[in-house]
Amino acid sequence: MKIVVCIKQVPDTTEVRLDPKTGTLIREGVPSIINPDDKSGLEAALQLKDEFGAHVTVLTMGPQQAEAALREALAMGADRAILLTDRAFAGSDTWATSCTLAAAIKNLEYDLIIAGRQAIDGDTAQVGPQIAEHLNLPQVSYVEDLKYDGSSFILKRVFEDGYHLVKVGKPCLITTLKEMNEPRYMSVMGIFDAYREKQIEVWNLKDITVERSYLGLEGSPTKVKKSFTKGAKTAGKVFEVDHKEAAKIIVDKLKEKYII
Amino acid sequence: MNMMDYTGVSVFIEQRDGEVQKVSLELLGEGRRLADKLNTKLIAILLGHNVANIAQELVYYGADEVILAEDAMLDKYVTEPYTKVFTSIITEIKPEIVLMGATAIGRDLAPRVSARVYTGLTADCTTLEIDEETKNLLMTRPAFGGNIMATIICPEHRPQMSTVRPGVMLVGERDTERKGSIIKHQAQLDASDMNVEILEVVKETKKKVKIEDANVLISGGRGLGKKESFEGLELLAKELSGLVAGSRAAVDAGWIDRDFQVGQTGKTVRPGLYIACGISGAIQHVAGMEESEFIVAINKNATAPIFEFADLGIVGDVNKVIPALIEELKSKK
Repeated sequence: MKIVVCIKQVPDTTEVRLDPKTGTLIREGVPSIINPDDKSGLEAALQLKDEFGAHVTVLTMGPQQAEAALREALAMGADRAILLTDRAFAGSDTWATSCTLAAAIKNLEYDLIIAGRQAIDGDTAQVGPQIAEHLNLPQVSYVEDLKYDGSSFILKRVFEDGYHLVKVGKPCLITTLKEMNEPRYMSVMGIFDAYREKQIEVWNLKDITVERSYLGLEGSPTKVKKSFTKGAKTAGKVFEVDHKEAAKIIVDKLKEKYII
Repeated sequence: MNMMDYTGVSVFIEQRDGEVQKVSLELLGEGRRLADKLNTKLIAILLGHNVANIAQELVYYGADEVILAEDAMLDKYVTEPYTKVFTSIITEIKPEIVLMGATAIGRDLAPRVSARVYTGLTADCTTLEIDEETKNLLMTRPAFGGNIMATIICPEHRPQMSTVRPGVMLVGERDTERKGSIIKHQAQLDASDMNVEILEVVKETKKKVKIEDANVLISGGRGLGKKESFEGLELLAKELSGLVAGSRAAVDAGWIDRDFQVGQTGKTVRPGLYIACGISGAIQHVAGMEESEFIVAINKNATAPIFEFADLGIVGDVNKVIPALIEELKSKK
C-alpha cells in the first residue's frame, strides 16, 4: 500500500500572543510545529505501515524552512519526504494550493491520500476536499478512526450529532482529526536516519505538470482585501443599573462587537 | 466567465433526517438581507429524500424560490451525490452568492463544489457585507485561532461562496403570508456516484462537549447561590449557541461537573465571549479565562476583582440579570 500524507508547517497558535498595547500579533519566538490534524494523519499512516507494511510519503508545500516539518515526519517513520517550493506558488489560496498539491501527487503512486482536516493558522478545512476533487477521488472527511480490511478502508466519519461508519475503496482521500490518535514521538534511530540517511526531495514548478495560470496569487479566486486585529484592550466599563437596563446594555455591546 | 450572468443569493439548506438545521434558517435571514441590498432574489437549494414538505417553510423564512432535488441517494449526506447535484443546480441557475453552514457537512461539500466549478470559497465567515462600489461580497473571518480577522473577496469568479458559522447570523421572521415558488430539479445520479458505502449511522444525542472548544461560555460561580440557577445559564447558553462552565466554587458545591471547570485547576479557555455570572474573580479563575476575547462580568459586589478583567461589568443580582438578558436576546431575533 502506498500512502501520501499532506502536512503543513504552522506556527503554534496556542503560543501566539497579542501585544496588549498595539493589538498586533507577536510572532517572534513562536515555535513552528506540524499541524496537529496532519500529525494524527501521519500517525494513522504509520500505523498502517506497522501493520501492513505501507510505504509512507510526506508532502508539504511551503517555504524552505518547512523542511523541518518533513525531517520530523521522517524521524517519526515516514519513508520519503517531498518539499514543494517555488516562488510561483506564493500567495496561493486554498484553490491554488490544492491544485498545486494535486499536481505533485499525480507524480506519485498512491492508494490512500491523507490530509489533516484543517490547519490551526487558517482553519479552513478546504484543501483536503479540494485535492480530492482535482484528483477525482472519493473523499471522506472528519475521520476519527480508520481500519483496513485488506481491500477497503472502514472509517468513522464524525458529525456534530453522531457519526457514520463508511467503507471506501482504494484509491481515496481522507481528512483526519487530531482526536484520532496520539502521534508517536520521533525515535532516536529515526532522528539519526532523518538527518543522515534519508533525503528530502525538493520539487519546484518544473517538476510538476500544471497550468501556470492556476498557481499562486494569480490562480487564486479569493484575495485578502484587508486583515486586522480586533484592537487593543481598553479598560471595561462597569454599570450599576436595574436588570432590564443591564440586559439592554449587554446586548447592545455584543452587537457593537459583532459577537451576536 | 461573464460575471453579469450571475444573479441571486442562494443558500444550501442543510437537513438531517428531514429536519432543517438552524444554521440554514440563519442563512436565509442573512441571505434575505443581502438579496435586498443587491435588489435580487433569495434562492433556497434543498437536497434530500422525501423532504418536499420542508420547502414551503423555507419560503416562510425568506426564500423567493426553492429549488428542490430529491433522490434516494440524497437521503444521508454523502459527498459525491450531493456535490454532483448541487453543482448542477448552481451551474444552471448561476447565483452570484452561495452560502452554506460551516458544519461537518457544509465544510465537506463547499470545498468540493468550489473546486469543481473553479470559484473562491471563504470558510467560517462571521460577517458578510456588500461592497457599495463593486457589489462584491465582503467576507470577514477569523484566523490564527481568532487573533486576526481577515476580509476576503472573490472579485473575478462566480459564484462567491462562503461558509458561515452556526449561531452568528439571525433567523428572520417566519411569515406565513410570504409567497414563493418551488421548483423541482431532476437529480441525475447513477449508482457509480455512490462511491462510499455507509455501513452504519450512529446518533449521539449527548456528544461530548469541551469548553475549550466553545466560542461562547456562560460561566457560573458561588454568587448564583443555588444549583437551580444553572438552568438559567443553560437557557442563556442555548440562546447564544454556547456552553455552560463554572468556577471551582461551583464545582465544589456540586452545581456543575468538574469537566466544565475554568481556572488553574480546571481548563484554560479562550472563547470569543465569556460571561462570568456571580464569579468574584479569584486569581486562579482569572488565569483560566483572561485571554477570552470579550468578557462580561455580572456580580452584585461592585468591588469584586472580576470587574478589573471584564470588558463590560454589570453590578447587580445575577439571578435577575440573566432572565432579563435571555428576554432581551429573544426580542431582538
